[in-house]
Amino acid sequence: MKNGRRGFMGKAFGAVTGVGAVASLYAMKKTWDPLPSVRSAGFTTLDMSVYKENELVVEKWRGKPIFVLKQSAEMVAKQNEADKARNIVINGSHYVVCIGLCTHLGCIPGYDNKKESFLCACHGGMYDATGMVTKAPPPRGLDIPPFKIDGNKLVLGEEGPEYKKMVENGTTLRV
Amino acid sequence: MAHFTKATSVHDWVNQRLGIDTVRRVMATEYWIPKNINFLWAMGMVLAITFALLLVSGIFLLMYYQPNIHTAFDSVNYTIMREVEFGWLWRHIHGVAASVVFLVIYIHMFTGIYYGSYKKGREMIWISGMLLFVTFSAEAFSGYMLPWGQMSYWAGMVITNIFSLGGLHANGLVEWIRGDYVPAQAFLDRFFMLHVLLLPLAIIGLIGLHFGTLRIPHVNNQDGEEIDFEAEAKKYKSGNKAGSKVIAFANDFMSKDMFVVSIFLIFFFYLVFYHYDFAMDPVNFDPADGLKTPTHIYPEWYFLWSYEILRPFSTNVGLMAFGFAQVIFFLLPFLDKSPNAVPANRRGLFAVWFWAMLIDMIVLTAMGKVPPIEPYGTVGFFAALTFIGLWIVLPIITKLEKKA
Repeated sequence: MKNGRRGFMGKAFGAVTGVGAVASLYAMKKTWDPLPSVRSAGFTTLDMSVYKENELVVEKWRGKPIFVLKQSAEMVAKQNEADKARNIVINGSHYVVCIGLCTHLGCIPGYDNKKESFLCACHGGMYDATGMVTKAPPPRGLDIPPFKIDGNKLVLGEEGPEYKKMVENGTTLRV
Repeated sequence: MAHFTKATSVHDWVNQRLGIDTVRRVMATEYWIPKNINFLWAMGMVLAITFALLLVSGIFLLMYYQPNIHTAFDSVNYTIMREVEFGWLWRHIHGVAASVVFLVIYIHMFTGIYYGSYKKGREMIWISGMLLFVTFSAEAFSGYMLPWGQMSYWAGMVITNIFSLGGLHANGLVEWIRGDYVPAQAFLDRFFMLHVLLLPLAIIGLIGLHFGTLRIPHVNNQDGEEIDFEAEAKKYKSGNKAGSKVIAFANDFMSKDMFVVSIFLIFFFYLVFYHYDFAMDPVNFDPADGLKTPTHIYPEWYFLWSYEILRPFSTNVGLMAFGFAQVIFFLLPFLDKSPNAVPANRRGLFAVWFWAMLIDMIVLTAMGKVPPIEPYGTVGFFAALTFIGLWIVLPIITKLEKKA
């Protein structure tokens, strides 16, 4: 009888401890999550009429650099289907908008507008003008941020139908 | 309750209540150290002193440092360096010690490997030491973030990106670690917490464990001789100090330790006063800029070898090789199949393995520093393969080893 009671106390103590441990771990995990203010500040609107052909402009979204590169007609003509899938078409103009962080380890590649390619000097990764990898180690092309086309404007952080299509057909990963 | 008598002195009063004589006996006057060990065994004490220097200098830096992304850079580079009297001294001590501590840790580690001090009975010494190495690495990395310069920011970006685990695209995990989409205020605050509280606490606890692991197997010696510590201690206590193979830690052996520490401190303060810049990357004197990458990102010298193992491969393979490099040293006591706890030069092929490993890690370190252009990329690639290969052959060559 005595041992039975002791065993019960042990199990009860174990159960209370278990619940407490899981609850504290949950609270600790949530404490480290990005704050609501951080999440809600994650939208940027770009006016797409200001960009010039083959001239890289770096914008900022969620603290990350965003490459905006308007493609010239010759550049588009050179592209294959996979490249073309990465273009965002607004009023007949082709734009490449991608997160300017190398998909290898997150450095910012530089753009050479004569060679029409990006080079990430850190580990030697290269991308073409649409952000597709042309030389490893990057495992995939530059990621495309979620966007929504709104007339002449592009809203970053919101998922429009064009972006959803890109995710579905594997043009980019959801970031 | 114990029986207390009227104290005859302050010492007696405290001793009756705290047993300080017993503590001193166990920790110092009857803690036995083999006689035949050389200056390389003093590295533990050198490390303890260096850690104390880091702690004290860190406390003084903490009084003026501001963990805020807008003020952190100036609080270090202006307030501490220019306004606070002797602020430069604490920063240079902290910076130099953070770098030198790794040099001494590596010497300490390779001494252990050379003399087989991780073998049977001493596995816990090795494992607790490796845990300390990993915690020191995290401590160094989190501290490197705090001045919020360009290299801090981009090191934070690159290292936390490793947690996306390559092909698994665990961006949620990365954002959770950062508390933001990029290294920002939340990131700086939590790395500040890790650097000044959680990790130092862990280090202090692990140092206690590391010292504790020595108590039962005792310190190894230059010949790997199995000493009967009890018998030798009896000889020593009976007055036959010359005939005994051991001496007391304090004050006898300590005097030798402290001599090595003194030499080390002369070298250390020479660096602090005349060559502090070797521990300060020039890129980190530019304030952090999330829209501009430094042309060449590289870690501090003590991480270069493992960085170079990551670099020459494609992402997933690179991460696996990197993970391998982080954990493989823990397994050393189990991968070395030879029972011989003697210096490497008496162990045949193992001596070749030892020097090959040391040279390979120096090559990896050198290749990790240079930009990823040829021929460095190829040299780094083969050095990384050599590193992995050496660990694969270790169980084979040590199994073939005859009993010395």
